[in-house]
Amino acid sequence: MATVAVPRPATTAPRAITRATGESPAVRWTLTAIALAFLAFTLVLPLVLVFHEALSKGIEAYLAAIREPDALSAAKLTLLIASIAVPINLVFGISAAWCIAKFEFRGKNLLITLIDLPFAVSPVISGMIFVLLFGMHGWFGGWLFDHDVKIIFAVPGMVLATTFITSPFIARELIPLMQEQGTEEEEAAIVLGAGGWQTFWRVTLPNIKWGLLYGLILCNARAMGEFGAVSVVSGHIRGETNTLPLHVEILYNEYAFAASFAVASVLTLLAFVTLALKTLVEWQQRRAEAEDTEDVPPAERIAA
Amino acid sequence: MRRTSRSVLPGFGLSLGITCTYLSLMVLLPLATVFTRSADLSWADFWGTISNPRVVASYRVTFGASFVAALVNTVFGLLVAWVLVRYRFPGRRIVDAMVDLPFALPTAVAGIALTTLYTPNGWVGQYLEPFGIKVSYTWLGITVALVFIGLPFVVRTVQPVLDDLEVEVEEAAASLGARRSQTFLRVVLPTVAPALLTGFALAFARAIGEYGSVVFISGNMPMKTEIVPLLIITKLEQYDYAGATAVALVMLLVSFVLLLTINLLQWAARRRVEA
Repeated sequence: MATVAVPRPATTAPRAITRATGESPAVRWTLTAIALAFLAFTLVLPLVLVFHEALSKGIEAYLAAIREPDALSAAKLTLLIASIAVPINLVFGISAAWCIAKFEFRGKNLLITLIDLPFAVSPVISGMIFVLLFGMHGWFGGWLFDHDVKIIFAVPGMVLATTFITSPFIARELIPLMQEQGTEEEEAAIVLGAGGWQTFWRVTLPNIKWGLLYGLILCNARAMGEFGAVSVVSGHIRGETNTLPLHVEILYNEYAFAASFAVASVLTLLAFVTLALKTLVEWQQRRAEAEDTEDVPPAERIAA
Repeated sequence: MRRTSRSVLPGFGLSLGITCTYLSLMVLLPLATVFTRSADLSWADFWGTISNPRVVASYRVTFGASFVAALVNTVFGLLVAWVLVRYRFPGRRIVDAMVDLPFALPTAVAGIALTTLYTPNGWVGQYLEPFGIKVSYTWLGITVALVFIGLPFVVRTVQPVLDDLEVEVEEAAASLGARRSQTFLRVVLPTVAPALLTGFALAFARAIGEYGSVVFISGNMPMKTEIVPLLIITKLEQYDYAGATAVALVMLLVSFVLLLTINLLQWAARRRVEA
């Protein structure tokens, strides 16, 4: 794939051919420089700023900001919400992918569109709908009030909003993957006498593990980082209904900039971990795919 | 929903059951509230709410900034995708991974970082101040935040198409005497155009709903830099649920039309590839 030109016998003028399907070095370097400068400006600069501001009052202030009780309780709540929302969507994602990829039925395309729906809804609206359902003046608001159950401006509402927002991630990753893999391997397992669950654990799961992990990583990143939807249903009670992203906002609005960026830097590290894991999984996936296509020459496999 | 062909695989009923129950309770029922709540309003009240000058101004801010940001992303997204697919340079893989940062970084973090960069005494803002360019707390700032959020959508949609582009086609164009620029405009660009359009639509769709990264940098002045999602929150905080749902309904309908357009575009692109 280097310079895109296909290797040729050296007898034909190589320079002319490279120029025909590639750009001159000057153009190449100019385009690369512009692209990299743009990315440095839009992506890298904000990241550098986060850590610079976070450490602007010294390492002790930094550690104090992230060890403060409110920050710790926000971190705990963030972990709690993700630990509920992600497993629920894992079960949903696998179920949805199983019925869509392994069976033919009417209304399948509609079902796929409905699964995607939360992606098209603004985070703010995603929070609002749960206020309309469970808030004081919502559909179930009166009943909940009578029975002294609090969902909105409490943790259950935040879990619901996060689960809604993150519901498509795993399903979306698994559906195309499992569709591509077809049903032959599972059918063979069943014909050979394996049970349904046995087939799933021994045949399907090993085949989809990388895609599943990929979906899990993205789902978790969104669950921990969600701001808009959670903000609408949280009520912003410090130490009670505050997640890390909401805590960043509170500190920032109180002009506690260094502390705010300190907490933000923790979330930025989480983003780095997410990106690193994601890249690792992509490489693994590519390697697994390459092993499936052994007949392709190694050079082209690397290029693909 | 009846199976049209028999399969030996088990679990159809169970998995479809879980999927449909979950979707109904978790997605469709909550979303239905937007429609039923707006139905509480008379048509005149509904129209009055969604055509109120402050609301109309917020549509203009949201759709205008989202459109400009998506355009910027289309141009630079294509450039970044091109450079990543076609050229080899040190650190390319890291740069490639970095493109997804806006997906992974919580929006609130992006919001405060961009705001601080672009305030008049910020790292970038101080160089713009002498020219009278204000970014933070203006319409421009909203666009900057939306560019950040939307970039990966264009890059990730265009990248695989560029990757699959046959070198032979470009060679044919070149051997027929086309200059490199002609080949790019007449051969490469038409091939990636559907993907580019899809990327634009995805970035635009994400931008109109975006809240976390924008709310810090926008300054939130009614009539000037107030985005629609913020207006919905303001109405909710004032317990104006009917007003909030009316505006939300407008946004939902726009989003659904966009989702439909994106699906049609992708479907058309797939047909083209298969043909």
